[in-house]
Amino acid sequence: MTTETKQFGYYPGCELRTRAKALDCSAQKVCRDLGITLAELKEWTCCGGLVPQVKDNYMGFLAPARIFLEARAQGLDSLVTLCAFCFNTLRRASFFLARHPQVRARLATFLDVEGLPEIKVLHLLEVLRDHIGFDRLRQAVRKPLDGLRVGPYYGCLLLRPAQEIMLDNAEEPTLMESFLKALGCEVVDFSRKTDCCGSYHIVTNGEIAGRCAEQILDSAGESNVDLLVASCPVCQFNLDWKQSQANHTNIPVVYVTQLLALALGEPVDTLGFSHRAASMLPAA
Amino acid sequence: MAVQRLAKLKKKEVPAPQTVRVYIMGKNHDVPTGLTILKAMEAAGYRLVRGVGCRGGFCGACATVYRKAGDFRLQVGLACQTGIEDGMYLAQIPFYPAPKPLYDIRELTPSAETLFRFFPELARCIQCNTCAKVCPQGLDVMRYIAAAQQGDLRRVAELSFDCLSCGLCVSRCPAEVAHYHVGMLARRLCGAHLVPKAAHLRTRLQEIREGGFEEELDKFCSMDKQTLQGLYAQRVIEPEE
Repeated sequence: MTTETKQFGYYPGCELRTRAKALDCSAQKVCRDLGITLAELKEWTCCGGLVPQVKDNYMGFLAPARIFLEARAQGLDSLVTLCAFCFNTLRRASFFLARHPQVRARLATFLDVEGLPEIKVLHLLEVLRDHIGFDRLRQAVRKPLDGLRVGPYYGCLLLRPAQEIMLDNAEEPTLMESFLKALGCEVVDFSRKTDCCGSYHIVTNGEIAGRCAEQILDSAGESNVDLLVASCPVCQFNLDWKQSQANHTNIPVVYVTQLLALALGEPVDTLGFSHRAASMLPAA
Repeated sequence: MAVQRLAKLKKKEVPAPQTVRVYIMGKNHDVPTGLTILKAMEAAGYRLVRGVGCRGGFCGACATVYRKAGDFRLQVGLACQTGIEDGMYLAQIPFYPAPKPLYDIRELTPSAETLFRFFPELARCIQCNTCAKVCPQGLDVMRYIAAAQQGDLRRVAELSFDCLSCGLCVSRCPAEVAHYHVGMLARRLCGAHLVPKAAHLRTRLQEIREGGFEEELDKFCSMDKQTLQGLYAQRVIEPEE
């Protein structure tokens, strides 16, 4: 695709360097193919994992504040994220800090800097929608995923709370649907697509996470999907974990960027698909 | 006239105090100026048998707490490296407790999962950087914890290489991370699994196992003290650069 190169800062997040390497490497390939330059932060720390739920916990904003400072130091005014957890944390922190100058000032004092920059936090899907456009994305597809029945699984963190995230309608989203249509997939709607996967409960109470995952998988199974796509390493893990535990559905959960990279013509064996997922994909 | 004025000035001058007053466990002691906390305690008559080691800022055994006059904050530092000030409050603590897991390094995989299994508190780091601010070695402790979270064990090993294991980082961490044990495990994993094995080490170990040094060792063991001391004084050491 011949477009001008668009440059964004890139914040991968810890999971993308450990458990979710497939999300990182497929996203980098995709961006290279589409002329999007991702400038990874030279130094980055954990995003904090969650934005503080009480707003006087200023220490909880330190992690995002450090990341924003690092971006400014590298002359970047935006950061692209992929993990829904990092996206949610950084986007909400940015939203909150923009509206609370006193908190910004206190954090700046603690961090021994003049002030905190306003950094735009974006999700790659948002960049594809707003900076590339799904029509142009469709034109860039070299290997349409015709006939692949894909369920878009949003989970919670990509969309909610809607008034702070402002990415899409939190109850009736269309972002992933439009994205998947551009790749040629058959989009399969299912009722639990914006339900929670159980999230961190997986660490301390697998039963709760298991129940959440079960409902999502059953709902997707009833709609007869070939695959689910997600943009969150925790969702991916929880849904896969549930299916590895019991005789349950057999629905591979892949990342949005893995499918996109495949549609853009990247070789399937370089994209980190599980054997199970690869067996569902259209033959090369 | 000028001489008189000078004499008057000199008279008004307060002589510099030769001692400063410090409080050790609440009791006041006047000790000579310019001492370190460690030496001040000894000057006051304490005999230190624990929490003291090399006295050169290398071993990390003497991590301690103190307060300065007029400041409510508890400060920390190495007792052998921190100078006393007038009105300082000193206390002795045993050592900084931190969970110390047991493991067989050969059975572990060098990954973020391994670090998280032994140190789940790693996930609680809020990036406050207090660990790095307090580190007497000036290490970038927060960055090596970040590298641990990202599974970059080589970077953890590199950034934590000069750690003394004094534990001051642990003493201030709101997330209760045991940084120095994390760094230690990462360095061990690196040494056991990631860096290439040193061929000369294998050769030397083989030589030892085959008894190549037994004769020389026996010779030393049978020497009298005076001969040994003489040899020690004549030993060749690496020249200082």
